Amino acid sequence: MTQTTDITLKLAEFEARIARGEKIEPGDWMPDDYRKQLIRMISQHAHSEIVGMLPEGNYITRAPSLRRKMVLIAKVQDEAGHGQYLYHAAETLGISRDELEQALLAGKAKYSSIFNYPTLNWADIGMIGWLVDGAAIKNQTMLAHCSYGPYSRAMVRICAEETFHQRQGKEMIVKYAQGTPNQRQMTQDSLNRWWWPVLMMFGPHDSDSPNSEVLIRWGVKTQSNDTVRQLFLDEVVPELMAIGLQIPDPQLRYDAESKHWKHGPIDWAHFWQVVKGNGPMNKERLATRNQAHDNGAWVRDAVTAYAERK
Amino acid sequence: MNAKLTSTLDARLLALADDELILAHRDSEWTGHAPMLEEDIALANLAQDELGHATLWYDILCDLRGQPDEHADQLVYFRDAADWRNAQLLELPIGDWAFTMLRQFLFDQFEWVLLPTLTKSSHVAVAQAAAKVLREEIYHTRHSTAWVRRLGQGTAESHRRMQAALDAQWPLASQLFTPMPGDAALVAAGIWPDMTPLHQQWRAKVSDMLAECDLIAPASLANHDSRANHTQHLAALLADMQSVARLDPQADW
Repeated sequence: MTQTTDITLKLAEFEARIARGEKIEPGDWMPDDYRKQLIRMISQHAHSEIVGMLPEGNYITRAPSLRRKMVLIAKVQDEAGHGQYLYHAAETLGISRDELEQALLAGKAKYSSIFNYPTLNWADIGMIGWLVDGAAIKNQTMLAHCSYGPYSRAMVRICAEETFHQRQGKEMIVKYAQGTPNQRQMTQDSLNRWWWPVLMMFGPHDSDSPNSEVLIRWGVKTQSNDTVRQLFLDEVVPELMAIGLQIPDPQLRYDAESKHWKHGPIDWAHFWQVVKGNGPMNKERLATRNQAHDNGAWVRDAVTAYAERK
Repeated sequence: MNAKLTSTLDARLLALADDELILAHRDSEWTGHAPMLEEDIALANLAQDELGHATLWYDILCDLRGQPDEHADQLVYFRDAADWRNAQLLELPIGDWAFTMLRQFLFDQFEWVLLPTLTKSSHVAVAQAAAKVLREEIYHTRHSTAWVRRLGQGTAESHRRMQAALDAQWPLASQLFTPMPGDAALVAAGIWPDMTPLHQQWRAKVSDMLAECDLIAPASLANHDSRANHTQHLAALLADMQSVARLDPQADW
């Protein structure tokens, strides 16, 4: 048997397994592209959790009640935990956490662009919980069904915790949107800034998403970007309107025929600028991560030296 | 309990609650900036525990004053620096990892000698709270002790940084044990222990560890300032911490 037909057979068997709904596990044969795509997605996801600690962490010292302070610290801690868990999932594909971290610090690895926006008021903490985590849950619920076992299982666990995050964020926004004039103003300002970046979190339109088709065939993604974005829109638009917030999209409308909410055009030129590193906080986020890493170098050296001596 | 005892217990509870709250606040500043991911998680955990302990002590204090529990938020968010009673050691900025870990160690050891005696307090709520806090302190002590060893015995640099942290913190640590007016009556009523023998126990425990790590406690004078005195760092910490709550004092956050 030639090598080519051998691979063709293996690929056919691999795709048949996925079609039967089986999970692919770390030791199993998989096409190089599948491995690469998964490393790309899991690392991007892990890095998003790590960088995602920063916008919310910015308000830990200012949380306005003991309960809010406790919940916010716990939430950011969960994100660190998710990052750790996802790095482990990536390691099952033959890449080390150190390599992944180095790629992030060098600015070579991607993470969700949503974390390249600043947190400017306290309502942002609620908005991130409700909309950003809410959007993430939509993606992650889909990924919990993905074909790669370790990633799929990580998603089940992470989604459970994210659901709490989303609930506490929503509780804040619902309260503030109906609170004092100051709170209402803060909440509307927050929605104005986060709305469009959140819609962009689902990625480019299906027609412009180069990776989507093969990812769906291999069960890495099980729904397209636009499908998941629509699910999100249909869920949050009526809820935001019900508490009296104005969604900053003059073209937003309900389409009675399809029974879906339709948004106006998304500024993809802006999206790609942020992806390419020119968003409002890209440089600062990376600098902050590098600073934490550099400041910790002597600590890690001490840990190694101590361990070697014992 | 007579008025004199009540006001002395009030002062003791406030001091302990403020210590825990300010330390929790400082520890939480590491979240997202720690030297390794595992320590982002650990420090966030410590901060939540200390915050929980602070809340426990504030709640007992509020009961003692006959005020509802929500008053704890009032105490934390609407009190100015001059009215805080935390020790100065805890309000200093986080510094480097050695500074944070040494401070945590010194405070954990303080709690480690204080809490077992508080569990025997004749004031039931204090005894119960102390028992609860003590269970969590086991893990804190283990964590900070391990770090003092690693850094104290790690590299020349980590040792140098630990010594620098010790030079800065040692005189201030004594303030944790500074007597307060009326202490004798609280001790006689079995409500709060005498801090002087606890200070000696603490010094013995801490000195053993310092010797193991070749760290030298400076000969500088111990700080026995009243807890009413603060460094300039407390006002800055409070200005930040209270900023959102004070944007709209009428609001329910």
